[in-house]
Amino acid sequence: MKNKYSIFSLIKNALSNHENWQRAWRDPEPKKEYDAVIVGGGGHGLATAYYLAKKHGMTNIAVVEKGWIGGGNTGRNTTIIRSNYLWDASAGLYDHALKIWENLSQELNYNVMFSQRGVMNLAHNLQDVRDLKRRTHANRLNGIDAVWLNTEEVKRFCPIINTSPNIRYPVLGGTLQRRAGTARHDAVAWGYARGADDMGVDIIQNCEVKGIKRNGDKVEGIDTNKGFIKTKKIGVVAAGHSSVIANMAGLKLPLESKPLQALVSEPVKPIINTVVMSNAVHAYVSQSDKGELVIGAGTDAYISYTQRGSHDVIEGTLKAILELYPIFSRMKMLRQWGGIVDICPDASPIISKTNIKGLYFNCGWGTGGFKATPGSGDLFAHTIANDEPHKLNAAFNLNRFVSGDLVDEHGAAAVAH
Amino acid sequence: MFIINCPYCGERDQSEFSCGGEAHIERPKQPTELSDDQWAEYLFMRKNIKGIQFERWNHAHGCRKWFNVVRDTSNDKIHAIYKMGERPPLK
Repeated sequence: MKNKYSIFSLIKNALSNHENWQRAWRDPEPKKEYDAVIVGGGGHGLATAYYLAKKHGMTNIAVVEKGWIGGGNTGRNTTIIRSNYLWDASAGLYDHALKIWENLSQELNYNVMFSQRGVMNLAHNLQDVRDLKRRTHANRLNGIDAVWLNTEEVKRFCPIINTSPNIRYPVLGGTLQRRAGTARHDAVAWGYARGADDMGVDIIQNCEVKGIKRNGDKVEGIDTNKGFIKTKKIGVVAAGHSSVIANMAGLKLPLESKPLQALVSEPVKPIINTVVMSNAVHAYVSQSDKGELVIGAGTDAYISYTQRGSHDVIEGTLKAILELYPIFSRMKMLRQWGGIVDICPDASPIISKTNIKGLYFNCGWGTGGFKATPGSGDLFAHTIANDEPHKLNAAFNLNRFVSGDLVDEHGAAAVAH
Repeated sequence: MFIINCPYCGERDQSEFSCGGEAHIERPKQPTELSDDQWAEYLFMRKNIKGIQFERWNHAHGCRKWFNVVRDTSNDKIHAIYKMGERPPLK
C-alpha cells in the first residue's frame, strides 16, 4: 500500500531531507504469464492498466515499455486538454475524458496540475467563422460549454493578441471553452503508474516487444528482449509505432506515422493566461507553470519515425506566432523536438478489438491524444475486460474503415489538436 | 529535412516536394467487383513501415512530375529514386 501524499507527508519528509520517500512504483522482472499485457507505457497505456485493475479487478497484468514510462508522446506534447469536437461520437469521447480530468488529482492522490484556463480557437477567415460558430452550436447541443467571441472579446480575454485588421490573417473572432486547459504531462504518466503499481500491476521498463505469438486467430503471448511472456489478452497502445506492432501480428492498420513538432521558449513571467489555437495559420501557444511558452507546430507531410521534424514546418509556425503576438519577437527558444504521431484517415482514434482474438488496439490519436488520456484508458480497459466496446468508444472501431462509417474530424473540427 | 534528387530537375530541398504516400498500390481493375473489405484495404490500410519504404513523391514546386523514392523512414535516408513505370530496385 502506497503512503498517501499530503501536506503532512511533505513536512515529515522535509525533516529527513526528502531522502526517505517511498518508491512510487516497483521495478519488477516480468512473470511468465499475465491475464493481460499492455504494450506501451505512455499515459494511455498506464491509464488502461490502472482502470483494468481498479474497475475490472484485473490485477495480474503488466505494462511493457521499450524505453521509460512517459518518454514518448506523453512527454512530448503541448498538454492541451479540451473537448469541443464537432461530431456526437467525438464529443462523447473527449468530454468523458475531460470529466475524469476534473477530479483526477484527487482520484490518483497525485497532482497532475490540471488547470482550466480555457482554450480559445481563433477564426481568421469567413469559412473559419462559419465552421467555428457551427461547432459552438454542436458543442452546446452535446452539453459541452462553448461560446463565440468577437474580435473585441478575443482581445479582452487575451490582450497580447494582435487584432489589427491589417495583418495577413486578421482575427475575426474565436471560440472559447472555459473548462478546457492544460495539465502536467509527466505527472499524468507517473500518477497512473503509481496508482496501477499500488494495485499490483507490473510496470516493466526497457522491455521491447519483438514479436506477437499467434495460434491461428488467437494470441498466445509476446516475445520481448526480456523473454517470452504468455498472455491471452494484448492491448497495444504504442502511438506512432502501432503499425510496427500490428505488422508483427500480420495486421495492417489505416495509419500513417509522421513527426509532429513543438518547441518551448526561455521561461518568462506570466504573459498569456489561456491556450490559444489558430488552425488556419497553424500556430498554438500557451505558457507552462515554469513560465516557458509552449508552442505547437504542424506535422511533416511524409511518413517518418525520426523524432525531429523539418525546419520549414517550424518556420511557418513561428511566422504566424510573430504576426499574432508581436510581443514575442525577441523571445529565445530553448528546445525543439518531434514526436511520432499515428494519423487516421478521419483524424479520429481507434479503440477497438481486431479480428485476432485477444488482440486490441488503442491508436490513431494523431496529433491530439494527450487530452483524452484518462477517458481513453477507461474505455480501452472496458473493451479489453469485456471483449466488447463501451458505448462511448463503439463508433471508434477498426471496422469503420470497411463500413464507411467514419468519424470525420479532419475538415470539420479543430484540425490542429 | 532532406535533399531529394528529382530525376528531372536534380537535387532540391524536400520542402519543394509533396509526398504521395505508399507506392505500388494498384488501383482495382474491376472496382464494381470489390467487396467492402477489399475497398478498405485499397483506400485506407497502409504498411506504414519503419525502415525501407517505397513511396511516391511529386515535385510540386518544380517540374510537377511524379516519381518513386525508396527511403528509410527510420532515418530519412534515400536509397534509390526511379521514374514512374520503371522497375522498382532492390525489391
